[in-house]
Amino acid sequence: MTDTRSAASAAPDIPAGRSRKVRGRPLLYTSYAQDMALLDTRAKRVSTLVLVVLAFGLSVLLQDRSLEVLAGAYVLAIGAIGLNIVTGYAGQVSLGHAFFVAIGAYTAAALSGPVDGENLGYGIAELWIWLPAAGLVAAAAGVLVAPLATRLRGLYLAVVTLGLVFLGEHIFKEWQELTGGPGVGREAAVPQLFGVRLDQDGPLGTKEQLLYTLMLALLIVFAVAARNLARSRIGRAFAAIRDRDIAAAVIGVPLTRYKVLAFGISSFYAGCAGGLLYTISGYVEPGSFNLLLSVQFIAMVLIGGVATVSGAIAGALFISLLQPVTRSLPALVPFISGDTTQTPNVFQVETVLYGLLIVLFLIFEPRGLFGLWIRVRNYWKSWPFSY
Amino acid sequence: MKGLLESVIRGLGNGSVYALLALGFVIIYKATRVISFAQPALMLAGGVAVSYLAAVTGFYPAVLLSALLIAGVALVVERVAIRPMVGRPVFVVAIITLGIDVVVRVVVNGFIGRDVRQVGDPWGFTQVSLGPLVVQSRWLAMMLVTAVLVALLFAFFRYTRYGLAMRAAAFDQEIALAQGVSVGAVFALSWGLAGFLAAIAGMFVGTGQGIEQMTWVIALKALPAIIVGGLDSLGGAVVGGLVVGVVESLFQSYQGEFAPWLGQNFAVVSPYVVMLIVLLVRPYGLFGTREVERV
Repeated sequence: MTDTRSAASAAPDIPAGRSRKVRGRPLLYTSYAQDMALLDTRAKRVSTLVLVVLAFGLSVLLQDRSLEVLAGAYVLAIGAIGLNIVTGYAGQVSLGHAFFVAIGAYTAAALSGPVDGENLGYGIAELWIWLPAAGLVAAAAGVLVAPLATRLRGLYLAVVTLGLVFLGEHIFKEWQELTGGPGVGREAAVPQLFGVRLDQDGPLGTKEQLLYTLMLALLIVFAVAARNLARSRIGRAFAAIRDRDIAAAVIGVPLTRYKVLAFGISSFYAGCAGGLLYTISGYVEPGSFNLLLSVQFIAMVLIGGVATVSGAIAGALFISLLQPVTRSLPALVPFISGDTTQTPNVFQVETVLYGLLIVLFLIFEPRGLFGLWIRVRNYWKSWPFSY
Repeated sequence: MKGLLESVIRGLGNGSVYALLALGFVIIYKATRVISFAQPALMLAGGVAVSYLAAVTGFYPAVLLSALLIAGVALVVERVAIRPMVGRPVFVVAIITLGIDVVVRVVVNGFIGRDVRQVGDPWGFTQVSLGPLVVQSRWLAMMLVTAVLVALLFAFFRYTRYGLAMRAAAFDQEIALAQGVSVGAVFALSWGLAGFLAAIAGMFVGTGQGIEQMTWVIALKALPAIIVGGLDSLGGAVVGGLVVGVVESLFQSYQGEFAPWLGQNFAVVSPYVVMLIVLLVRPYGLFGTREVERV
């Protein structure tokens, strides 16, 4: 890490690295590297390890149905982290995330689809080829859109990215050779890793177990990458642009370059999420990349916590688990019906919950689930004092 | 030529509905600096309210009643969800309105049910001839009502105390407060006006084809309209609405013939293309004020 060296040379009496942590003083930082460390306290190291082990352990503990829901949640979390990079860290509001997710989904589907199938396909089923490709094509689209975005600010940008979703929806509905057309759809990307099909039951486990493990591993990779990005030079530039772009330009942050970069990276995440998302159901329909998907991503970021990676993951889990929870409501609450023709039905309850949760979180806890966690943590940290 | 003029008139008719919606967006934007994504829900609610009330009171009283009713709903929404957010980042408030939109729409959808609801308008698909042109009478009604409402609205802003207060608050909230303007009342009034206009627009959207659950999407066409016109220009909203309407109508008539490669129903997304082109040339729309930033 270059930061370590520069910090050490600036203050030669303080040795670099985390070796000089003072015993019993976990919050005393003696170097910049310590201050910026990903897991700076023992408690964080232990709890993260426990969480990761537990998450992998769930693949044998839970039933296949729950694993499928969780695998979907992990993929959505990758997309939410991507939106958080452009909206949370760099402060550029994007309602167009669904568009980039769609580009990723179709790139992946086209690359891995059968050559002589009904739709466009190139027969490259290896995950490690089509996943980066899906991300890169989406990132290229993001970079193409970004010049428009760098000219616009705030709500103008929000409306323009919203327009992108509508244009994208139109293109994907019309380009039937690629997408199969509305209502028909096509088969999604084939997750195959070194010759092993992960969407079929095999000697390594059931389909759901394999996909769950894959998504979890990828989520960890993407999340760590995002955390590292946020604490790098690029992340600091993003934060400066978010807080006040003119001030950022004055201190020497090239605005256009970093805004383009933010859109590119965010779209890369969206594209990867798109490629992975539909491997679970095995089927993509062009109508699914609508405004609602974008709003769901926004909801994940806002409910989870703006500009935090763990918040985005928590938000994605929260939104994804909302659906199975509401689906089980008719058994518990008698006046809610599971039938779509009745009036208080589960789908309506679910949609209302999205809306209400966004409103309530923004009014009462703008930092989202992450903020709730910070409150709880600080309460116990300073107990018995109030602060 | 005849076909061209007819499709322009259709465009102006639909465009004046977009103009009503766009005016609502702009009024709220000028007062609170927020784009209210709740407008589609209010529009839908307006149309549905007319469809229920028309059977009881007759069509014209029903329009007025439901416009007032939706204005009331908008006031409640503003008081409950928007007023507590004064001073918070505009993006946060915009997302809150998005949440409100989702909630209100689900409630309204409960009233719509699975069928198409007719609003009970006297126009339907009836046609009248203007010289050599044959046009639907509802387009003329849309244009006429919008013209009257826009004239009333501009007169309200120009000549009344409350209009002056709203202009003052839009110009500078703190100075307006210092002069004794109740900025809270201005917020409420702007939401009320936007709700009123949205309800009228909802009624017009429902003429002829009726109202169904997906009708709310039409209100989103007012977004390109306000961006084309400039977010903070009332005149721009009207112009933007008409431009969007005419462009959409022309694409509807001629795109299948001249540019079939754009795909079916390109007319539906054509407003967004116009928006992108205008923004490439003028980032603040045709009539919007350029934001001046002090460092």
